[in-house]
Amino acid sequence: MSLTTAHSVIEPTRTSKRIAGAIVVAYALISMVPLFWIFATSFKTPPDSISYPPKVIFQPSLEGYCNLFTTRTRQTREYVDALGPATTLCDEITRRRNMVIAGPSNYWPRFINSLVIAFGSTFLAVSLGTLAAYGFSRFKVPLADDLLFFILSTRMMPPIAVAIPIYLMYRELGLSDSALGMILLYTAVNVSLAVWLLKGFIDEIPREYEEAAMIDGYTRLRAFWKVVLPQATTGIAATAIFCLIFAWNEYAFAVILTSGSAQTSPPFIPTIIGEGGLDWPAVASGTTIFLVPILVFTILLRKQLLRGITFGAVRK
Amino acid sequence: MAEVMLRGVAKSFGQTRAIEGLDLTIADGEFVVLLGPTGAGKTTTLRLVAGLERPDAGRVLIGGEDVTLAPPSARDVTFVFQQYSLYPHLSVYENLAFPLRSPARRMGKDEIKRRVEATAKLVRIDHKLESRATRLSGGEMQRVAIGRALVRQPAIYLMDEPLSSLDAKLRAEMRLELKRIQQELGATLLYVTHDQIEAMTMADRIGILKDGELIQIGTPRKIYTEPRNTHVATRLGQPAINLLPQGLLPDAGLPAGTKTVGARTEHLRIEKSANGQADGVVDWIEHLGDQNHLHVKLGDRKLITLSPPDTPLAPGDKVMIRYNNPLCFDADGNWLGGRAQ
Repeated sequence: MSLTTAHSVIEPTRTSKRIAGAIVVAYALISMVPLFWIFATSFKTPPDSISYPPKVIFQPSLEGYCNLFTTRTRQTREYVDALGPATTLCDEITRRRNMVIAGPSNYWPRFINSLVIAFGSTFLAVSLGTLAAYGFSRFKVPLADDLLFFILSTRMMPPIAVAIPIYLMYRELGLSDSALGMILLYTAVNVSLAVWLLKGFIDEIPREYEEAAMIDGYTRLRAFWKVVLPQATTGIAATAIFCLIFAWNEYAFAVILTSGSAQTSPPFIPTIIGEGGLDWPAVASGTTIFLVPILVFTILLRKQLLRGITFGAVRK
Repeated sequence: MAEVMLRGVAKSFGQTRAIEGLDLTIADGEFVVLLGPTGAGKTTTLRLVAGLERPDAGRVLIGGEDVTLAPPSARDVTFVFQQYSLYPHLSVYENLAFPLRSPARRMGKDEIKRRVEATAKLVRIDHKLESRATRLSGGEMQRVAIGRALVRQPAIYLMDEPLSSLDAKLRAEMRLELKRIQQELGATLLYVTHDQIEAMTMADRIGILKDGELIQIGTPRKIYTEPRNTHVATRLGQPAINLLPQGLLPDAGLPAGTKTVGARTEHLRIEKSANGQADGVVDWIEHLGDQNHLHVKLGDRKLITLSPPDTPLAPGDKVMIRYNNPLCFDADGNWLGGRAQ
């Protein structure tokens, strides 16, 4: 360029920055394609969704969303024509396919199950994890290293390995297919992650703060509440996102342990395929809506997440 | 304010003994400075008084009451830490109000406001009350930290090297301010430092700690002029006292049993040798502006002393050196009490 700037050894050069930028953009594009395809498919009609070659430009339709939220029955043309005028947009779309809406689908109840179970277990895991991490960080716990390793070791086996024993156990306890059972299970899985992540964050908060608070007349518990927690918010937020993502996306346990009233979205969405042929737009719209809570939660906490995923390495 | 007593206090961490058999009384309204190198047990002593550590043996009394087993919140002490002293998530005002809002005190809103504002004035931070604690400069932070201790009227103020993270100029200012505040309040204060200037300028009494033991305690003057042993003597004085073996210089008249002679600047008379007879050679002169550090070679020994800025001496000059009432120590390094004539 017109000006020559001094090159520092630490500061990356303009070229290397460009290369890095190009790689990031390429990676982002590649990983966004499936998401974009799901989003696009959710607005296609069923014939468009399976046409070959695939349609990139198409007439958008809400049929996928209508099919997602309703159950329908097939009728004769005459029957459909004999009905009064269509009351809703979905009514109209459905009738064009010689079908009538029979009632709402199970999508919302399953979605709400997912919300309750994922947020409930995240709250529990992070709360318990914070307390345990504080204990490990501040007190002389006998065999602390062994205990920490033991806690971590619960994450070393694939969930499916313990799914059958847990299924039998839950059946005995009456916890199978219950939201409480799923919350407890996801909490148990996530608490190990939470303890490890949060211990790192709490280790970084100097003890002097609590000691100062205790000298100022606060008990340890109050000092923890007033001084440690406010400073651990970054770590807590990052940990909460990790826990939430796990609980939200978990499939293996959910498919084995829930089938009815406590079923979560991940095992439910594939069952849409079976209802009246390969209804890809309905599956895609179910998936699109399923992505929203995590997206919102992550955007809300993105600052904390950004600092959190570096595990406190670049605070301030 | 109250008298604070440590009686036979001992504390170990695993295999390391931090404090051993410590007896220390801090009188009501007294400014006591504990001086010692890192690891001497200074901070542990403070933490024992504060209740952040429990002694393995001995008792801690505050105002005549045995608080050995009491938690920090029940002790009515304040503590200024070396670092990390402010709650980073709170404003200056909230930091100062924090101790007053504790369940132990539960003060009314107006009373808190009145006290915080008065304290802020005292430490000259009243113009920054609404700032976030993390937005302050080092000196301001430390003033707030000291203010947080002053906002209460505790039995004793405990300070752990509160000035060590500040730059030299600020440290000198804060030293004066701290002494002024202590005198204004008549505060009982136990202060820990490894900086001899802080100890000399602020203390009513200085306690010299070494390896967890209190070697000597007394007024700064007394510690300086009558050190119990060579260790205490080396703690005070700039440049550090010269410890020379007996017989290195003409030393007629030193008390019997003298093995080591401790000579500070005021204990030495140095003259340019006139007749070719010499005790040493000027090796180097450090010019500090207002004074010089004179390095003199005595055979394979070296002696460092002050000389006036207009010293006639130059490197390579041969000099005569005579003692002038030096400190004399026996074979074990203990001060012999007497002076040479």
